[in-house]
Amino acid sequence: MVNQKAPSTDARACLAALRKALPDDALLTEAEALRAYECDALSAYRALPLAVALPHDRAQVRAVLRIAREHAVPVVARGAGTGLSGGALPHPQGIVLSLARLDRILEIDPRNRTARVEPGVRNLAISEAARPYGLHYAPDPSSQIACTIGGNIAENAGGVHCLKHGLTVHNVLRIEAITLSGETLVAGGAGLDGPGYDLAALLTGSEGLLAVVVEATVRLLPLPESARVLLAAFATVEAAADAVAAIIAEGIVPAGLEMMDNPAIRAAEDFVHAGYPVEAAAILLCELDGAVAEVEAELARVRAVLERHGATEVRVARDEAERQRFWKGRKAAFPAVGRISPDYYCMDGTIPRREVGRVLARIAGLAREHGLRVVNVFHAGDGNLHPLILYDANAPGELERTEALGRRILELCVEVGGTVTGEHGVGVEKLDPMCRQFDEATLRQFHALREAFDPERLLNPGKAVPTLARCAEYNAMHVRAGRLPFPELERF
Amino acid sequence: MGADADHAEALAARVAEAAARGEALRIEGSGSKAFYGHPVKGVPLDATVHRGVVAYEPSELYVTARAGTPLADLEALLAAHGQRLGCEPPRFGGRGTVGGMVAAGLSGPRRPWGGAVRDLVLGVRCVNGRGETLRFGGQVIKNVAGFDAARLMAGSLGTLALLLEVTLRVGPAPAAMRTLVLACTADEALERLAAWGRLPLPLTGACHLEGRLHLRLEGNEAAVDAAAARLGGTALDDAEAFWTGMRDHTLPFFAADDPRPLWRLSVPPAAPQPALPGDWLLDWGGAQRWLRSEVPAGTVRAAAEALGGHATRFRGGGEASVFHPLPPAARALHRRIKAAFDPAGILNPGRLYGPEGP
Ligand SMILES: Cc1cc2nc3c(=O)[nH]c(=O)nc-3n(C[C@H](O)[C@H](O)[C@H](O)COP(=O)(O)OP(=O)(O)OC[C@H]3O[C@@H](n4cnc5c(N)ncnc54)[C@H](O)[C@@H]3O)c2cc1C
Repeated sequence: MVNQKAPSTDARACLAALRKALPDDALLTEAEALRAYECDALSAYRALPLAVALPHDRAQVRAVLRIAREHAVPVVARGAGTGLSGGALPHPQGIVLSLARLDRILEIDPRNRTARVEPGVRNLAISEAARPYGLHYAPDPSSQIACTIGGNIAENAGGVHCLKHGLTVHNVLRIEAITLSGETLVAGGAGLDGPGYDLAALLTGSEGLLAVVVEATVRLLPLPESARVLLAAFATVEAAADAVAAIIAEGIVPAGLEMMDNPAIRAAEDFVHAGYPVEAAAILLCELDGAVAEVEAELARVRAVLERHGATEVRVARDEAERQRFWKGRKAAFPAVGRISPDYYCMDGTIPRREVGRVLARIAGLAREHGLRVVNVFHAGDGNLHPLILYDANAPGELERTEALGRRILELCVEVGGTVTGEHGVGVEKLDPMCRQFDEATLRQFHALREAFDPERLLNPGKAVPTLARCAEYNAMHVRAGRLPFPELERF
Repeated sequence: MGADADHAEALAARVAEAAARGEALRIEGSGSKAFYGHPVKGVPLDATVHRGVVAYEPSELYVTARAGTPLADLEALLAAHGQRLGCEPPRFGGRGTVGGMVAAGLSGPRRPWGGAVRDLVLGVRCVNGRGETLRFGGQVIKNVAGFDAARLMAGSLGTLALLLEVTLRVGPAPAAMRTLVLACTADEALERLAAWGRLPLPLTGACHLEGRLHLRLEGNEAAVDAAAARLGGTALDDAEAFWTGMRDHTLPFFAADDPRPLWRLSVPPAAPQPALPGDWLLDWGGAQRWLRSEVPAGTVRAAAEALGGHATRFRGGGEASVFHPLPPAARALHRRIKAAFDPAGILNPGRLYGPEGP
């Protein structure tokens, strides 16, 4: 999909204006240099932008936005480019606005337990800066070494510990953002809320379509006194899924509750030797954190629940080293899968937890129909699935079959009452499934809301919310294919 | 007490009709928060008829209820299953509906630890000012499909849409609860809370009034015991009554017959006490401060702003804007957001910021 057209006159004028407004090292226009920005972590989609702006400060960010608007040139904000839905995919006639150089931690305030940071600060860097005060930033996406807080806000990123400690939206207090017209918006406040509409909630997860985040104040939580992890093995995926529901029904909200199926267990074990039971159909990793006495008491209760629900084996990590080893397999699961298949495609639907067993069985059936293999490793506690479809991009037709299977999986998530994306965002990737999840009036409302911020629709155009025309075409295609999708469902 | 009933279609039709005629509507729940915000000129629309819990699955940690469902009914249902709403919403005069809770977005003493109303909102079904029925969010805990217009409803006071149905995250009620009282000044209380805030304590309430700091601990027995031993102070016997009084504003501090306006300041928790005359009550570990004072609105607002926060004229006090005035660009954006949902301006016009809207 590489697209390199000669810039139009408007685009040339825009580049000239940018050159004047930015220092030499803050504008890339050579194809060689642009190549590094042609995709995010969803590398099946690529495009070269007109230019990449790398501003050093907020004034330069504002200048880029002003100039882009004057010349009606699209702008795509970019953090670290670890997004998995093509959110930071360049627009072929647009500018990529990288926030990577705005990477200062402006303040750690231990008394108020907050960190004030620029958007290009990496997620893990916040926790590292807070650790000397006994604090940390709780949302911990697996990409936390690399991904930025600006990207986390744009995607409402989650992580293994979000079941108990919340998603990005629950941990960001205040956002400063610049709109395309160059106005600075303050959303939220230095306390726990701000006046007026809750724009902090609205900006979070808005995928760079509403405004460009230039500063965030995030909440820091005390490091837990104790964290212990249990590993439980099960003979069937269904039994593991039932055990998840039973733990929650027991009134326990674990810090993390993750599931891996047999292919994932094997891949991870071969890769990092975490000591996983490779014969198990599924394992659960359940982490409990809090005060020492509290964790010990809950540990005993969780163990009893797991044993009652047919766990064939329950292990409690004896020390910190073993705890790290248990987690290492889970955290390395994606690269581990990368070793057993030339390519894989990561899905991100969320379903009601009660459906986990049934949906995984149906995914396995769909995979067989499509002649592909699927590996499952996911956030079981909140029903956020990450089926990894294994394929070989060099085998003719496999990518197309993979995408078709992916679409069926997301439709299945909607069908059982879930959503097409739990944490990776819609980007360019899930525009079609969005047509299934939302009706026309709701999509129209999304567009109207977007235009309240950006009437010219120049910020990240073509992402996150499908056009009505696209949905009309998509839905018509499906009806033409001879089956009205999910006839049993209410049409809303 | 009405019975459970589904009035979604009739309500949407009513809004569509009003939109066609350009007729302003004043959305009414149980009226428990009628004092909050600016008065609305409009034809009353009774939202309480649409009531009943639609879906509740304790092990899925969510509940879906029609907006007119009495808060008390919902909370009783959750309690019967050992669960609760983390945000501890107020029930002024013992009343309140689920829709009113979300629309007002007010949270109780547990807010810093249990989350705000907006934190619990997973999805809504609502009618915009065009009379269209829309669904935002859903019933699952993690969902980033589409803009988060569901959470945007929290605190919008019915100016964007008429809520029909809301899905809320619920959580387990703790096994043990204890309240400790320590005698100290407000400044000392803030000092101690700043230090304790960095420790992993099972705090779920921290408020200071009349020279006493009240700390609520919740969790399992072991965690509460350990924390209580660490914090000191004396146990409060009628703790339930105290926290209910905080939550529902039935403590004497909040008395409706006090002629002085009641201000709510939202500030960083460890911020020093502003030097304003009047009576103070500190809640949310210092992040929410209530002030009874005759000082002019501008003075209160300047003090809150100097600390990075904002001030709400919660009750009384005449003509000043209820909510903290917005800078011009933000005000204009608020009007555009309102127009995006309600182009004819018929839903609770001016409830948030008075006649100039939204
Ligand atoms: C191995 C791996 C593991 C991952 N694990 C997780 C996980 O556990 N949980 C999870 O939620 N995600 C995960 N992700 C996805 C990804 O890391 C997150 O979506 C992350 O939040 C993206 O941050 P980024 O800085 O890389 O943003 P980018 O990819 O650069 O951008 C993402 C989106 O944000 C917008 N954006 C970036 N910065 C700004 C800004 N300052 N203002 C406005 N918009 C902006 C972009 O336009 C784009 O739409 C994973 C990715 C990988 C590769």
